[in-house]
Amino acid sequence: MSDEKLNVIGKPLRKVDAAAKVTGRTIFADDLVLPQMLYAKILRSTRPYARIVSINTTDAETMDGVKAILLGKELPITFGILPVSQDEHTLAIDTVRYVGEPVVAVAAVDEETAEDAVRRIHIEYEDLRPVMSITDGVHPTDIPIQGYAEQGNIHKTISFEFGDTRSALDDADLVLDDTFFYQGNTHLPMEQHAAVASYQPDGKLVLWSATQTPHYVHRALARVLEMDASRIQVIACPNGGGFGGKSDPFSHEIAVAKLSMKIGRPVKIALTREEVFYCHRGRHPVLMHSRLGLSKDGTIKGLHFNTILDGGAYGSYGVASTYYTGALQTTTYHIPAYKFEGARVFTNKPPCGPKRGHGTPQPRFGLEIQIDKAAELLDVDPADLRLKNLVQHDSLTANWLTIRTIGLRKCIEKVVEASGWKSKYRKLPYGRGIGLACGCYLTGAGLPIYWNNMPQSGVQIKLDRSGLVTIFCGSTDIGQGSDSILAYIVGEILGVDPLRIRVVTADTDLTPVDLGSYSSRVTLMTGNAAVQAAERAREYLTDAVAAELKIPKERIVAAGGRMFDSQDPGHAVDFAKAVQLAEAKFGTIGTVGSYKPPQSAAKYKGGGVGPSPTYSFSAAVIELEVDPDTGILRLEKVWIAHDIGRALNPMLVIGQVEGSVYMGLGEALMEEQEFRLGVHKTPSMLDYKSPTSMDMCPIETLLVEEPDPMGPFGAKEVGQGPLLPMPPAVCNAVYDAVGVRIDEIPVTPEKILRALKAKSQGKDGRYGPKSFPAIEYRDPVFILPPWEGGDGRASSQPEYTRKGL
Amino acid sequence: MRTKELFRLLVNGELREVAAYPSRTLLEVLREDLGLPGTKHGCEVGECGTCTVLLDGQPALSCLLLPAELEGQHITTIEGMAQGPELDPLQAAFADLGAAQCGYCIPGILLVAKSLLAEHPHPSRAQIEEALGGNLCRCTGYLKIFEAIERAANEEPQHVR
Repeated sequence: MSDEKLNVIGKPLRKVDAAAKVTGRTIFADDLVLPQMLYAKILRSTRPYARIVSINTTDAETMDGVKAILLGKELPITFGILPVSQDEHTLAIDTVRYVGEPVVAVAAVDEETAEDAVRRIHIEYEDLRPVMSITDGVHPTDIPIQGYAEQGNIHKTISFEFGDTRSALDDADLVLDDTFFYQGNTHLPMEQHAAVASYQPDGKLVLWSATQTPHYVHRALARVLEMDASRIQVIACPNGGGFGGKSDPFSHEIAVAKLSMKIGRPVKIALTREEVFYCHRGRHPVLMHSRLGLSKDGTIKGLHFNTILDGGAYGSYGVASTYYTGALQTTTYHIPAYKFEGARVFTNKPPCGPKRGHGTPQPRFGLEIQIDKAAELLDVDPADLRLKNLVQHDSLTANWLTIRTIGLRKCIEKVVEASGWKSKYRKLPYGRGIGLACGCYLTGAGLPIYWNNMPQSGVQIKLDRSGLVTIFCGSTDIGQGSDSILAYIVGEILGVDPLRIRVVTADTDLTPVDLGSYSSRVTLMTGNAAVQAAERAREYLTDAVAAELKIPKERIVAAGGRMFDSQDPGHAVDFAKAVQLAEAKFGTIGTVGSYKPPQSAAKYKGGGVGPSPTYSFSAAVIELEVDPDTGILRLEKVWIAHDIGRALNPMLVIGQVEGSVYMGLGEALMEEQEFRLGVHKTPSMLDYKSPTSMDMCPIETLLVEEPDPMGPFGAKEVGQGPLLPMPPAVCNAVYDAVGVRIDEIPVTPEKILRALKAKSQGKDGRYGPKSFPAIEYRDPVFILPPWEGGDGRASSQPEYTRKGL
Repeated sequence: MRTKELFRLLVNGELREVAAYPSRTLLEVLREDLGLPGTKHGCEVGECGTCTVLLDGQPALSCLLLPAELEGQHITTIEGMAQGPELDPLQAAFADLGAAQCGYCIPGILLVAKSLLAEHPHPSRAQIEEALGGNLCRCTGYLKIFEAIERAANEEPQHVR
C-alpha cells in the first residue's frame, strides 16, 4: 500500500480517548464505586526477613465495621507470572521476605475503619539475617530466601557460548575489560495500583484492576482461588501509567477477590504510594563484567559478557529478565563470537521485574560505554566505529535472532548530522561534552509467557447497520494509545473515521485474548490481528457494494466514510448503507483476526527469550555541561533518531520517544532504589527523585521510516527502545566534558567529583564497581553461530573449549 | 467512634452540602463524597501535584486541605474546567497535541496551566516549566505538555473566572 492512499495511518490524529483524558472522565480502577462496596487494607511486613511466630487479629475482629479478615493460610496455593517461579503467596503464611510484603488483609465499611483494624493486628516475628546485596547474595547460606533456588540464594544461572569467544578475545588486537553497575529503580506510575472485586450471587467473580496483563491476572485468580476460569471476569481499567509495574498478578488483586467471596459484597483496595514502592517489580540492579575484543581496524571480534541481577525476594519475571541481560547484545553490532553468563540472586527486597526495556538497558549501558572507550583507544570516532560494525538487514545474530529491517545506520547518521557531532566531539571546551549511544528493542516477545500454540493477540470486529464499527480486543491501554492504534488501523482499512469507532478492550468476558501490554508487543500483534479482521470485514462489504453498484469488486474503494468506484468516485454508497447491503446479503457481519509471531530460528533451550517478529533501533546524542567544581550536570539537548518502521501516528510516536528519553534520563541522573538496614530508603515521591518539568531539556526527535514487512503497515515498536541509549550517552558525554568515566548509574555529582579527584591525584579517573564476584555459573550450552554452520540448536561441546581445560 | 460533620463547599460554582469525617481531606471528599472522581491522587501527602484543584483560582493540593478550612472559597476541579460540552482551549490543545498519555496527572496539570494563563496569558517556556515544577508526569517527559500550553496561549485569550 503506497503512502498516497493512506487517509488515517501516518496522520497526527487525536487519540480515541483524548477527550475523556483531558476532562477527567476516564474511569481508572480507583474511580469505581459499586453499591454496598467495602474497602480493604493490607497489613505488610515490617521485617526484611523473618519467620512469622503468631498473628493476633482478636482486637481487629471485634471492631465495628470490620467485615472480614483474610490470612495467608486461607490461600495456600502459590502464584507468579512465570510458570517456573510460582513462588508468591497472596499473604505470607510462615515467612516474610521483604519489608512491605503482604501479611493480612482486612475488609471494612470504609477505608478509615480498615486502616484502624490493620493497626490493631499484632504480628510476632522471629528475625532472620537479611540478604541485602548482590555480594551477599552470592554467598552460601543455610537459610535460602527461596528453597527452590539453584544454589543458596542464587536463583538461576545461565551460560551460553556462541562460537569460540576465548580465541576471539585472545586473537583480538584490543580487549577492553570493564565492570559496570546499573542501579535499580522503579516505574513510579502516577496512578497507584487499585482493584475492585465483586463476587456475585450466581457464583461469578468480577475483578476490575489497574493491570497491564488482565489475561495473566485471570489465570492467577483461577489458580489461587481454585475456580473455573470461565466463572471469572477480569477487566483492566485504563492504567494511569504502567511502564511494566502493573504486569504481574498482585497479592492485592487476589486478596480483594477472596474477601469479596467471603463477604458476598464488592471490595475495593487502593494502594498508598508507599505500598506501590513495595509492589515494585522494577529495574533489577545489575552488576556486569564485559570483555570486548576488537581488531586494530575497529572490527569487533568477540564479546564475553557476565551479569548478576539483584532480584529481590521473589521470582516475578526475573528468569526472563536474566536472559534479557544477554539476549540483545548482538542485535546492533555484528559480534562473531559471543559468550554470555548471567545469574540472578534473591535478596530481601521487593521483587524486581520488568521496567521499560526489561533487562536490556543494563547490558546496553555497559556495551555502549565500552564501544566509546574502544573508539578512544583506537583513535576513531565512536559514531564511525559503530557504523563499521552494524548488523545487516535480513541477517541472523550469533545467538540466532533474526534481524529483518535495521534502520540504525540512518539513525546514527541523522543524530550525528543534527547535533553537529563532527564539530563537537572532543572539541568542546572543558566542562562541556557530547556523547553518543545506540539501542535496540523487541517489537513483542516471540513466545508467550506460558507455553501454548494459540494466537498471542485476537481482534473481533462487529459492524452495525447504523454504520458503527466496534472493535473488541483484549489489549490494555496504559496511556501508550493501544486503543487508538486499533481504531486507526481498522479505520484506514474500512475507510471510516477512527474517532467514531467504538473500541472495547481488556475484558476477559467480552474480548478475545491479547497477552498484555508488555514487551512492546501490542501495536504489532494487535495491529496485525486488526488488519486481518478488518480486511475480512471489508471483503463482505466490497462484495455487497460491488453487486449494488454493478461494478467489479476490484474497483471498490473504502475511504472517507464511503465505498465508491475508483473510476467514478461519485458512484458510491455511504458506509452505513454498505453495512446494510452486506448484512442483507450475508447476515450479521462480524469478523475475527488473530496473530502469532513467526517461529524463531533459535532452537536451543533458553533461546525463547530474545526472539521477536522485528526489532526497533535508536541512536541518540546528548550534549551537556558538567561543573568540575561541584560535579553538577546540566543537560543541554538530546537528539534521538528512532527506527519506527512506519509511524502509524507520528504524534504518538514522538510522545513515546520523549517519554522514553525522559525516563532514561531519570535513570541516568537520579532515580535509584536504595535500602538501609533492610528498609527502603525512599518510598515516597519526594524522596525518590524523578525528573520534574524543571529538569527536562529540549529533545529533537528524528524518525526513520522504512516499513518493516512484519509490522502492521510496517510499524515497529517505540514505547521502550528509545530509553536505552540515554544512560550510556550521558556517561559518554560526561567523559567528553571532563575526562572521567562514570561506569555506573545514576551519575550523581558526588560520583563525578570523586572521579575527578582520583584523576587529579594521578589515579584512574573513574567511578564504578571495582570487582565482580566469583560465581559458579552452570556449564555452558554451546551453540554454533550461523556462520559456523550451526542450525540454531545446541551442539556438543566443541573441540576448542577443551583447550587448556 | 467517629462522627461526620456537615460542610458547605462551593465546587465548580455549585454550593454543595456534604457530611464527612472532619479528618477527610478535600481530595477524599471530592472523590468519594461529592462524586467528582476527576481529581486524581498520586501520593496523598503533597508530593506529586496530581490532586491539584484551584482555590479562588490558585493551584492547591487537595490532599493537604481539610474541608473545614474551605467554606466560602471557590473550588475548581477538572469537572468544572470545560464550558458545558465545549472543551477549554487548554483541554483541546492537550487532546490535539497528544499531551495526555495515560492522562492521570493531566487534571492537575490542566488546572495549574489554567491558573498560569490567567496570570500570564503568554507565558515563556521558563514560566511554564516553573509553574509545573510541582506536578509530576511519568509518561510525557513534559514537552508535549509545554507545547500544548503554548498553543492554547496563542490561540485564545484566557479569561479569569
